[in-house]
Amino acid sequence: MAGSRRTLVRAMPAYLDHAATSPLRPQARDALLAHLGATGNPASLHGAGRDARRVLEESRESVAESLDCRPSEVVFTSGGTESDNLALKGAYRARRAADPARRRVLVSAVEHHAVLHAAAWLEQREDARVELLPVDAEGRVLTDALEAALVGDDVAVVSVMWANNETGVIQPVERLAALCRAHDVPFHTDAVQAVGAVPVSFADSGVDLLTATAHKVGGPHGVGVLLVRRGVQVAPLLHGGGQERDLRSGTVGVPSIAGLAAAYEIAVKEQAGAALRLEALRDRLVEGVRAVVPGVVVHGAGADRLPGIANLGFGGCEGDSLLMLLDAQGVEVSTGSACSAGVPQPSHVLLAMGIGEQEAREALRVSLGHSSSDVDVDAFLAAIGPAVERAGAARRVRR
Amino acid sequence: MRVVAAMSGGVDSAVAAARAKEAGHDVTGVHLALSRNPASYRSGARGCCTIEDSNDARRAADVIGIPFYVWDLSAEFHEDVVTDFMDEYAAGRTPNPCLRCNERIKFAAVLDRARALGFDAVATGHYADLRPGSGASEGLVELHRAADAAKDQSYVLGVLDQDQLRHALFPLAGTPKPEVRREAAARGLLVADKPDSHDICFVADGDNAGWLAEKIGDRSPQPSGEWGGDIVDDATGEVLGHHTGTYGYTIGQRRGLRIGRPAPDGKPRFVLDIEPVSGTVRVGPREGLRIDGLSGIRPRWCDAPPEPDVPLRCTVQLRAHGAEHAAVLTVLDASPDGSVAVELLEPAEGIAPGQAAVFYDGTRVVGSATIATTRRAA
Repeated sequence: MAGSRRTLVRAMPAYLDHAATSPLRPQARDALLAHLGATGNPASLHGAGRDARRVLEESRESVAESLDCRPSEVVFTSGGTESDNLALKGAYRARRAADPARRRVLVSAVEHHAVLHAAAWLEQREDARVELLPVDAEGRVLTDALEAALVGDDVAVVSVMWANNETGVIQPVERLAALCRAHDVPFHTDAVQAVGAVPVSFADSGVDLLTATAHKVGGPHGVGVLLVRRGVQVAPLLHGGGQERDLRSGTVGVPSIAGLAAAYEIAVKEQAGAALRLEALRDRLVEGVRAVVPGVVVHGAGADRLPGIANLGFGGCEGDSLLMLLDAQGVEVSTGSACSAGVPQPSHVLLAMGIGEQEAREALRVSLGHSSSDVDVDAFLAAIGPAVERAGAARRVRR
Repeated sequence: MRVVAAMSGGVDSAVAAARAKEAGHDVTGVHLALSRNPASYRSGARGCCTIEDSNDARRAADVIGIPFYVWDLSAEFHEDVVTDFMDEYAAGRTPNPCLRCNERIKFAAVLDRARALGFDAVATGHYADLRPGSGASEGLVELHRAADAAKDQSYVLGVLDQDQLRHALFPLAGTPKPEVRREAAARGLLVADKPDSHDICFVADGDNAGWLAEKIGDRSPQPSGEWGGDIVDDATGEVLGHHTGTYGYTIGQRRGLRIGRPAPDGKPRFVLDIEPVSGTVRVGPREGLRIDGLSGIRPRWCDAPPEPDVPLRCTVQLRAHGAEHAAVLTVLDASPDGSVAVELLEPAEGIAPGQAAVFYDGTRVVGSATIATTRRAA
């Protein structure tokens, strides 16, 4: 927010919303700054162009190493939403064109809206039949449901996220990808939250299309990747110069891409250690909350989860009241769910897990990342008790 | 104090929030989402709490330098204001939803939530003045008309009781509107030139009859089961025409009666009475609109309630932006479910049950009642 700098900055807020965006890492900042002043379009044939091209391709190779894929499989985009749209719409259109009988699109019920709304668009405008793959009470996609849905050779594309952005629940992507492969159906996964948090190997996963973005792991905003396995057909969304593998047109932002590559490099290098550290921090936070608010619920706790995310349910409190009260204390968290016109809606993720609408409105997402420390956890624990008390009182006055 | 500034996205509430902050309060901006389905863009003159309004409010909060949130009051608003509005029209009365919103939403649901969350008061951009009481209202807060008579909104606040007023702030008080706009521009608020809202916020394009037809057209009462009813000459009982629903009529209405024949005396005819049960709309000459007394229910007192059964000389305002009439108010029962009787010393015209009668002692708002019945002047 442009105007916020002037007056809203507080002394060191406890930032616990890394799943929304993560602070820029020093390595990414250095890479960005190193290239910001350079002239040169990577598509140009002269020296300046060649210099830009070299940075672009070195970044591509670096990303390929970080995500264990071939450099030629890396398509740079403007971020996660574009990558999801390109994967869903592009794979659907290509597969449908090759085989008109394939009009079913299978996506999990807990996908990000970039996937859900792209699928809904295909249903409304392009004759697709969208089916939501159900999840169990812990938020895990039922592999049996996918297996049953794949029978019939009429599925165009399947999309199931690597890990959920609200609960951190990790999906069995390798098994799901293998099922799709057996039916010759392209499988996409949104790995925006997974990269840097858990090991992500594109080669080993069996996934055909993988979305990732820079800013969730401490890279710059407005840049991401779609990994496209060799041989997988995807129709482009943006037409023009065909700069990225003829799949994505537009002059790419070389400094941003260098920043993305640097952020991935450090995040992947530090992943194992960071996971242990963040898991310990998160578990201390949850135990600390439990000591103050014994009734707290942890959504998805029975599943494998990302180390840095906890989705907490505070019975009798509106999540948005808690968010406001914590914000006033300099503790920055999220309800995890989307807004419609700024009004928090009950989370479709929690609803899909069988949680009631009222309980879904009681959720708060705490997400830690590379800059999180005990100080942040302490600030949260100091603020949560009084906030729960007040938010509970505010709920009780509602008729 | 910790203050919630209710910010509609308009210029008045933005300046009110800025002033509250400048007065040293710890201010949080809150935009009330009142519609279940906010439209993306304003339709016609003014839609209801659009995304654009919400964004305008957010940008104003940024400029002022206060935190900002959207509170979802759509369920409460629908139940307490919109449904009531429909029910009142269906019953042949003419409600004022702005008073209802102040009474039930801004200074009830919002204020209650704010207080529970640790706030002390709600600030709004209403043009009205709060002053420390004296005499009978010593120690209480008095509500007075705004100095700018053209913008005065004390009428729509006449439903607030002392507890609500003690937790209200009206920072615009006596400032004339042009000055508020100038101040907004000087503060760098982009809403400085935003047009005023006039219509009922949840009725798009100001098309009240069209909105009501859509919402309650099928509730139009008719013993025969048919829609609508007769338009009848008040004096002779002669059926002059037919209508498709009493909600399309309000007392004092002259236009749109669609009576084929002119009156024998050639004078225009007005709606004099609406009988919801039979669906009859009674029309007649202008003289028939004159009333010299009324009864009121649901009395509300802004500060000290008047003594029961003691006639009180006061003035009464019978519609928003309407004139003041000299009157004698007699409180029969001052409780919230009580009643009042009002003798008008100056007759009034075209007063509809359902509207609010707001009582004034000079500039001070004494209280209000909902008009239940009116008495035609002899």
